[in-house]
Amino acid sequence: MKPAVSSHWSDRDFPEAARELLEDSQTRSNVRHATDVIQAKRDAVTGELPDWQQLRDAGEAIRAHSLAHLDFYLEQFEQACTRAGGQVHWARDAAEANQIILGLIQRHSVTEVLKIKTMTSEEVGLNPYLETHGIRAHETDLAELIIQLGKDKPSHFVVPALHKNRMQVREIFQREMHLPELGERPEDLASAARSYLREKFFRLKVAVSGANFLIAENGAVCIVESEGNGRMCLTLPDVLISLVGIEKVLPRFRDLEVFLQTLPRSATGERMNPYNSIWTGVRPGDGPKEFHVVLLDNRRSPILGDAESRQTLQCIRCAACLNACPVYHQTGGHAYESVYAGPIGAILTPQLHSLEEGRSLPYASSLCGACYEVCPVKINIPEVLIHLRGKIVEEDQKTLRGQLGIWNLGMATAAMLLASGARLSMAQRMGQIAQKIFVNRDGMIERLPFPLSGWTQTRDMKSLPKQSFRQWWSERAAPSEASVGNPDRAGHAAGRGGPDGQ
Amino acid sequence: MDSSFSARGEVLRSIRLALGQRMEAERVAAQYDALPRDYKRAGTLSQEDKLQLFLRRLEEYGAGVKFVARDAIREEIGGKLAARGCRRLVIPRDLPAAWLPLGFEFIPNGGEGELSPPLGAAEMDGMDGALTGCTVAVAETGSIVLQSGPRQGSRALTLVPDYHLCVVFAGQVVETVPESFAVLDSTSDLPTTFFSGPSATADIEMTRIKGVHGPRFLDVLVVD
Repeated sequence: MKPAVSSHWSDRDFPEAARELLEDSQTRSNVRHATDVIQAKRDAVTGELPDWQQLRDAGEAIRAHSLAHLDFYLEQFEQACTRAGGQVHWARDAAEANQIILGLIQRHSVTEVLKIKTMTSEEVGLNPYLETHGIRAHETDLAELIIQLGKDKPSHFVVPALHKNRMQVREIFQREMHLPELGERPEDLASAARSYLREKFFRLKVAVSGANFLIAENGAVCIVESEGNGRMCLTLPDVLISLVGIEKVLPRFRDLEVFLQTLPRSATGERMNPYNSIWTGVRPGDGPKEFHVVLLDNRRSPILGDAESRQTLQCIRCAACLNACPVYHQTGGHAYESVYAGPIGAILTPQLHSLEEGRSLPYASSLCGACYEVCPVKINIPEVLIHLRGKIVEEDQKTLRGQLGIWNLGMATAAMLLASGARLSMAQRMGQIAQKIFVNRDGMIERLPFPLSGWTQTRDMKSLPKQSFRQWWSERAAPSEASVGNPDRAGHAAGRGGPDGQ
Repeated sequence: MDSSFSARGEVLRSIRLALGQRMEAERVAAQYDALPRDYKRAGTLSQEDKLQLFLRRLEEYGAGVKFVARDAIREEIGGKLAARGCRRLVIPRDLPAAWLPLGFEFIPNGGEGELSPPLGAAEMDGMDGALTGCTVAVAETGSIVLQSGPRQGSRALTLVPDYHLCVVFAGQVVETVPESFAVLDSTSDLPTTFFSGPSATADIEMTRIKGVHGPRFLDVLVVD
C-alpha cells in the first residue's frame, strides 16, 4: 500500500526525469557551479585536519553503535527529555506525524507557524498538510524561502535552492515580496529575506523544526545552521515542535565533538557553521515555554533489520555525497524525484518505500565510489546500491513480467552462452557475420537494433575482431611444451623448472 | 493519548524485531566505551599561537578582534561601542559593573527575582547591541560558546540585537573542539550556543555573505 504522503514525488523513473533536466542548461550550470564551489571548500578544510580519517572512523562507530541499540537510546532520550520538561510523541508514519503536529498547533489556535528547514517535514509533506487545515507554515531558511516563494522543490538537502542563481532568486523575491527595486547582489537578497521574516519571528507563537542530533543521556536536541533563523525559531516563540527521524539519536553529549567537526566541514566546507544550538527541554525565562519532540519512524525501523543496508541510517545529512557525485553533478537533485537526492537518496528513498517506489534510483550511479570516500560516517553507498539492485532483481524475478523482462532474458542468455565454450564461439561467429551491416569505416558500431539499442544509445561500441582469441588459439600449431613460438618465453619456461617441466 | 501510546509501543517493537536480541545496559555501556576515538583531542599549540589562530579564524569570518589588557577592559569596551555608534545596550544582569564605561546606557536583562519583567523580543530589537562574556572559545574553528552561564544572559539577548560585543578571557580559549566539550560537559543541560562569526548564509551561489537574522556585526575582545 502506498503511504498517504510520500517523499517520492512521482512515478517517473530516474532516466526519464534526468533526460528532461539534462536539457535545462541553466539549471545544469547552476548545479555545476555550486557543487564545484562546495567541493573545493570541503576538500580544503577536510584536508587540513591530520585526524580526518580518525574522525570518520569515530563517526561511523558512534552512529553504527547508536543504531545497533536504537530502542535503548530512544527510551533513554525520551526519559531525559521528559525529565527536562519536554514532551515526546511517537509517529509510526507520515500521516501520524502530521496529525500530531497539527493537533499541537491547533491547541494554540494559531493560523501561522514558523519553520526551520527540515527535510523530515518535506518527507512527511507537512506544509501542504497544514495548508489544507488552514495553517500557513513560513519557511525561514533563505534557501527554503526561495523554494517556498518560487513554488519549487528542494534539490539538495543542505542548500535546497542550489539550482537557482542570484538572478532567478531576485525575480522570485521581486515578485513575491513586492520589491520591484531589489538588487541582485546576494547581500541585497539576504537583506530582503531579513526584513521579510523579522516581523514574523517577533509575532508568531509556534515554530516547527527538525533536528540534526538527539542526545540520549540528557535529552538534548542539536540544530546546526548558518543564518540565525533557527535560533530565532527555537528561542522566541512560546511553543517549539521538533520533528525528528528515530535514527538521529546519539548516546552522549560529548559525541557531538566528533560530528560538530565532520558535519560543517563536509556540508558547507566551513570549519564551523555560524550557529549550533543545543538545548534540553524547557528553561524558565529562556526560550519556549512548551517543547515537543515528534519521533518519526516512517519505515526506518525495517531498514535496521537488513545487515547490509542498515548503514544507510548512519547518515547525518551533510550532502557531501551529492556534491561529489558525477551523476548528481550532471542532473542536479530533481532527477531523483525525491526529497532525498543524490547517492544517499538513491539508497534511502527506495528503502523508505520498502522498494515499492524509486526502484530506478539504485541504478542512478556509476559505482565510482566518490560518495563513500567523502562520507563523514563512512556509509559504503556503492555496496548498498549493489545490494539493493540485487534485491530488486530478485523481486523482479519472482514475477512473470520480470522473468520476461529484457534484463532478465538478456542475462539468462548471457549465462547460457558463457557457460560453454562451444556456445560462446558459436555466438562469436554469428556476431561476426551479423555485425557487418552495422560496422562503420572506423570499425565502430554506432547503432544496434532493439533490444541492443539501449547500449549504443549513449556510446559507440568497438566491433568484434575478425578473429576471436579462441579462433586464433585453435588455428595455430598445437602448443607443445616449451615451444610457444616465442624464444624468450620458451627459454624462460624451460629454465624455470617448475612442476610443469618435471 | 491512547493512539500515541500504541504508536510508541509499535515503533519500539518494530525496532526490536529488526535488531534481534536486546543487550542489557551495562553491556551497551561497555561497548560504547570501546568505540574507537583516535582523533585529536588535546591541542598542541603554545598559548601565543593558539590565540593568534583564534584571532585569524574570527577575522576570516568577518568579526572584529582585539587583544586587550585586563585593566583596560572598560576603556576598550567604550572604544568599540563608540566606533560602532552604539548607545543603548542590553547586558546580562550579572555583568561586572567594572566593565561598563560611562556615557552609554546599559539595560540589564534576565535572571531571577528582578523588579522589571525581562525584555520582549521587540524591545530587544530596539537596542543597539548586546555585551556579554562567554563559557569557552575554540581557536581551531573560531567559535565562541555561550551557555546561559555567568555574564552570558538568555539566548535571545545575544540573538536579537544587531550587534554583539563579546569579552573572551585568554584562559577560556581552547585549541580543539573536543577540548571545548570537556569544558561544556558538566553543564550540558544548559542551553548551549556555538557561534562562529556573525550570522551568514551561503544559500545563494555558495557565496558566504554576512548578516541574515542573527547579529550582523560581531566584535570580540580577547583579554590577556
